[in-house]
Amino acid sequence: MELLDNLALGFSTALLVQNVLYCFVGVLLGTLVGVLPGIGPTATVAMLLPITFSFEPVTALIMLAGIYYGAQYGGSTTAILINLPGESSAAVTALDGHEMARQGRAGAALAAAAIGSFIAGTVATVALAVAAPPLARVALQFGPAEYFSLVLLGLIVSIALARGTALKALAMIALGVLLGTIGQDLYTGTPRFVFDQRELYGGIDFVSVAVGMFGVAEILRNLENEQTRTAIVGKVKNLWPTREDRRRMVGPILRGTGLGAALGVLPGGGHVLASFTSYAVEKRVSKRRQEFGHGAIEGVAGPESANNAAAQTSFVPLLTLGLPAHPVMALMVGAFIVHGITPGPNVITDEPALFWGLIASMWIGNVLLVLLNLPLIGLWVRMLRIPYQVLFPMIILFAAIGTYSLGFNAFDVYAIAFFGILGYILIKCGCEPAPLLLGFVLGPLLEENLRRALIISRGDASVFLTRPISAVLLALTVAALVVAVLPAIRRRREVVFTEDD
Amino acid sequence: MRTTSRCRAAARMIAAIGVFSLVAACAGNGGTTGGGATSGGYPDQNITFVVPFSAGGPTDTVTRMLAEPMAAKLGGKVVVQNVEGAGGTVGAGEVARADPDGYTVLMHHIGMSTAPALYQNLGYKPLEDFEMVGLVTEVPMTVVARKDFAPATLKDLVTHVKANADKVTLANAGIGAASHLCGLLFQSAAGVKLQEVPYEGTGPALTDLVGGQVDFMCDQTTNTSGQISAGEVKAYAVTTPERVKSLPDVPTTAEAGLPQLQVSVWHGLYVPKGTPQEVVQKLSEALKTALADQKVIDQMAKLGTAPVTAENATPQAHRAKLEEQLGTWAKVIADAGVKAS
Repeated sequence: MELLDNLALGFSTALLVQNVLYCFVGVLLGTLVGVLPGIGPTATVAMLLPITFSFEPVTALIMLAGIYYGAQYGGSTTAILINLPGESSAAVTALDGHEMARQGRAGAALAAAAIGSFIAGTVATVALAVAAPPLARVALQFGPAEYFSLVLLGLIVSIALARGTALKALAMIALGVLLGTIGQDLYTGTPRFVFDQRELYGGIDFVSVAVGMFGVAEILRNLENEQTRTAIVGKVKNLWPTREDRRRMVGPILRGTGLGAALGVLPGGGHVLASFTSYAVEKRVSKRRQEFGHGAIEGVAGPESANNAAAQTSFVPLLTLGLPAHPVMALMVGAFIVHGITPGPNVITDEPALFWGLIASMWIGNVLLVLLNLPLIGLWVRMLRIPYQVLFPMIILFAAIGTYSLGFNAFDVYAIAFFGILGYILIKCGCEPAPLLLGFVLGPLLEENLRRALIISRGDASVFLTRPISAVLLALTVAALVVAVLPAIRRRREVVFTEDD
Repeated sequence: MRTTSRCRAAARMIAAIGVFSLVAACAGNGGTTGGGATSGGYPDQNITFVVPFSAGGPTDTVTRMLAEPMAAKLGGKVVVQNVEGAGGTVGAGEVARADPDGYTVLMHHIGMSTAPALYQNLGYKPLEDFEMVGLVTEVPMTVVARKDFAPATLKDLVTHVKANADKVTLANAGIGAASHLCGLLFQSAAGVKLQEVPYEGTGPALTDLVGGQVDFMCDQTTNTSGQISAGEVKAYAVTTPERVKSLPDVPTTAEAGLPQLQVSVWHGLYVPKGTPQEVVQKLSEALKTALADQKVIDQMAKLGTAPVTAENATPQAHRAKLEEQLGTWAKVIADAGVKAS
């Protein structure tokens, strides 16, 4: 009953005209920055934060939160349409989403992403309302040792991202991890692999790698083939998912939502793992494993749901403990402080209207996102009919502008060219960019937590086994490795047989 | 029907593009810094306050509080621009190289006095490349520990860490961060060398402290007070001569028996060297007026801090503070053997 009272309070706050309006502005801006590669939610929130100083605190937070989850939503659009992921989570969506687009099923992919995100957002909002404080307590059990084991597990299960051999996937992950070490070391301040280039001290930006490896490399690959040069798709099939599609979406959406909601709660970077892990799980449980990487709708619906659920539940540590899980959350802590609210465990009791209003607004925001995005699908899909010789310079132009806007630095633009060529060479060698990108994103997390765990334990590596959660995660990692390697050998034989037919 | 829906979609796109260009415009006008202008009519164009840290952080918050009342006093417009990177040295370097016409002003904190010791190729000299306008505020820091950490008082803490130096962990928010500096000073005051655990920012460090993964740390009251009042972390002392209003039960380091541990995140305003004296004076006067503004005082109180006194909001007091701090930190940082690059 208390929950109902709280939700009533929340909705009465969130449904105030100005709150609905700014929620809409937030999700709209979020969608836009999500669609454009380069400028991300962190930069947008940082830019808009000062404007919100004159708002009511709850209105300000509703809008800023809307930008964050709106961007998670919008990020899938360019990933599906032109293979240009702007966020690490969208890189996974690009795998099957863009394949679907090439087969004329962009509409179905976009709809799967939108519907999955909406369901995930709704479930995650309920989870937030029902169990936020206990969830946050569980999340605090995760220290550096647990995060190391979790990230390791994430990396191993994600070998499934690759279409080719497990060995090549592992090699790509390792290369990605190495690229991730570029820059100044957090613990000692030592510059690594910077070759005296000032721009490399801060590390390579994710957007440069993703846009280069996916977007630019894809363009290079398309240009070599006369037949695919006319347009991305010859004919656009049905805009909406077919009945068969809808049936295939249900399981992935539900599993993705659960997985994403659970991982999102972890403040040390759980949300980063959500979409990768969901993809790996879907590929593992699917009966159509061979379709993954060639336009399986499960590969879009699952990760997109996981990603949106995680975006939602990553607010748990912030709202219940005042602890930010993400740079965007850190900026929101700033917003709390400016409005005279001390972020911390007391926010729920001291500011119930703010806490519940923000949670209720997330559901309203998700409704607004669906209303905003579903009608746009037709428009987006029509964009694919633009002749390729017109479209590809535009893609490169937008990619360059977006990357330049990261730090007004020409270096980042050169970086996309470099990674574009590297990506093209790798594709030619039968290596895929997705595992590399994963290693690049998770590598720094892996190293940071490994070293931190060892610093705290004074170099005693047994912490990874003596801490129960960490030990369980490591056991799962070993199991995942065995499961990944054994069928890979068996499947190769099967594939040889089918090709002989 | 089809046409209407198409029209609606198009209208939606136009609206979307409109809103986006609005944002872009907001982002863009932060970059308008002026060229040559005469000091007679100062200010006759927008004044840019450069914050060398991210928007929403404590320094940014303090700057934005001052921007409006200072602009009102100066009779002009103040734009706040965030130029982040390398512990604030990127933004500071940019202002050092800017035109000395009073239209580019730097808000910097304690990092101004630690950068020369931390960074080898700084590219600017704090005392020689800037004119000081005045001090702004001093944010106190608090020594906090995980709630089940054994020591009950600051004295106990010193005894405990000395006896268990090989077990205790001291968290900080990365090299050169205020929490790192305070941790160094604590070790030097207590006469002990501890295992430091760096994090990427205060958020993750505080998360692990609340989760009990690390033993203790010293951070700005702005960040810690919420956790202290909720009982999520244990507070030993505040590092300033006086207690903090929002934490009346927490003693000062002097009261708690470690008077050498005096540190605050002090903020000051700077302009490039060569800025006309009358412009510096005008800015300093505007700063004094803003610091006496009741709204500013109230907003700072919420951050657990207060404006400096009128005599400290002057170029002379600011220069004296900077000189003293440069000396202190050069020694502490050299003794600890820390280098940021």
